[in-house]
Amino acid sequence: MGKTLAEKILSARSGNNARAGDIVIAQVDLVFVQDTTGPLTVRQFQKSGLKKLAKPERTAVFIDHAVPSPTHTLSNDHLVLRRFAGETGAMLSDVGEGVCHQLVAESLARPGDVIVASDSHTVTAGGLGAFATGMGSSDVAVAMGLGKTWFRVPESIRITVAGKFQKGVSAKDLILHLIGRLGADGATYKALEFGGDSIKEISMSQRFTIANMAVEAGAKAGVFPADELTRDYLSEQGRGTDYQPVFPDADAVYEQTMQIDLNNLEPTVAKPHTVDNVALARELKGTKIQQVFIGTCTNGRLDDLEIAAEILKGKKRYSGTRLIVAPASRQVLMASLEKGYLQTLIAAGATVLPPGCGPCLGLHQGALGDEEACLSTSNRNFKGRMGNPRGFVYLGSPATAAATALAGEITDPREVM
Amino acid sequence: MLRGKAFKFGDGISTDHIIPGRHAHLRSNLPELAKHVLEDADPTFVSRVKEGDFIVAGNNFGLGSSREHAPLVIKMAGVSAILAKSVARIFFRNAINLGLPVLICDTDGINDGDELEVDLSAGIVKDVTSGQKLTFGKIPQVMLRILDEGGLIPYIKKHGDFKL
Ligand code: SF4
Repeated sequence: MGKTLAEKILSARSGNNARAGDIVIAQVDLVFVQDTTGPLTVRQFQKSGLKKLAKPERTAVFIDHAVPSPTHTLSNDHLVLRRFAGETGAMLSDVGEGVCHQLVAESLARPGDVIVASDSHTVTAGGLGAFATGMGSSDVAVAMGLGKTWFRVPESIRITVAGKFQKGVSAKDLILHLIGRLGADGATYKALEFGGDSIKEISMSQRFTIANMAVEAGAKAGVFPADELTRDYLSEQGRGTDYQPVFPDADAVYEQTMQIDLNNLEPTVAKPHTVDNVALARELKGTKIQQVFIGTCTNGRLDDLEIAAEILKGKKRYSGTRLIVAPASRQVLMASLEKGYLQTLIAAGATVLPPGCGPCLGLHQGALGDEEACLSTSNRNFKGRMGNPRGFVYLGSPATAAATALAGEITDPREVM
Repeated sequence: MLRGKAFKFGDGISTDHIIPGRHAHLRSNLPELAKHVLEDADPTFVSRVKEGDFIVAGNNFGLGSSREHAPLVIKMAGVSAILAKSVARIFFRNAINLGLPVLICDTDGINDGDELEVDLSAGIVKDVTSGQKLTFGKIPQVMLRILDEGGLIPYIKKHGDFKL
């Protein structure tokens, strides 16, 4: 009987024949924290009696959520993290480098790795063929000290993709469509495993978008095979030697199989206040939007800014709609400057923020006013998410976001392309 | 035996309802942070909840972020256990890691304000107000051991490693 991607990776890292439902202790290849959950992780680590990091060179501290710091209390939290990194030898990624998940994808995650971190969107690295999952501060503190953690090996739902994305449609539409079908708890405790004939139609950046949102269906992980696209991406990032092929067995056993035909997908939007509350963008025409946000670990990469720039080139945002752009990393920022995308977006009326989470979690910058609505390329639209329980967050692709910024109301991007 | 009053919530209470990101600047000041627990779901909760009371919820309680501050502020508010029809994965693990029991049972018959008694070892919830008795699903063995030690950190402090 063959194995799923999750079973294969957890077997290799636990030294056991890991099967869905088993409890295993697995070696952890990379562990990280960010600045809103990191200080509690540091406190738990100190309380645990564990003295040292198991693998300082594979432990990372990211300061990305509140950057630059908006309050002195958060500045003090940043100090705690810088001190911890200095004392333990962990890697430190400081203000302005970018969102942890993007930096992990660019520089740290490897196919076949087990990755845990105190952020639920750790699942993003599944785009590279890693088994990556979010945990709380106590679990992450212990994983830092022991270099391992326990897992219940998840059942997997196989998502088979066929066809080709049509114009104006991208990974964000796929994953919103899928979450709409599964529901916000449809994959709780499970892994989503992507495959099928058209897996090569999904670029690495798009794979990160899809894996990133696996957790919005409750999944423990969203995993892609590590194929030629993965190999090419790692070479482009100057770390070709990190590549190893990772594929599921042909006779792996899945709890359920679902098909997605890319040809049939349309621009899709999640309405307030849950991610599984999806509709087609064209059905929401007329919904007034006061703020558009393009960025985050979901859709703040170069191709995301490219499509937005393409749509907004030579045009101006609607006067009543603010447009905020935050590149996901310094690498994305530099490349989008070189390509001229940022200049185009600024000319169209965008406000550009430094690499980081920006307004995504409602901590600072871009907070909504009462009854205001935002169309965001991020991954969550829960009540209160963008700093105000009386605000409304709609989620969509960068193309939908750009089209919406032009019109001032939710707009199917195919209308303006 | 745990005893207290039921505070009823619906489906899909997220970590943003429990402790929203806009209060992240208070995360190293836990007593201040705890004043905001569940305010986006029920602004009166924090002033009414008493030591020993229960959160009684519908499906997918605690979905969203990995912030352990969510179960932490619930525990600090005095809540002795969470009863829900289902619970999100990370939240479940975080609550147990803090020594806060999460019990999966059919909560439909419990009304807001009901007096409850929970017998953790027998796996029984008694709704004293309605007289109804419920059983809840077993907590997995590995989590039970962590819960028995009062959470993951005390567990590791004692054993130095996972003993599964
Ligand atoms: S960009 Fe948003 S979802 Fe991603 S890590 Fe930052 S706050 Fe979380």
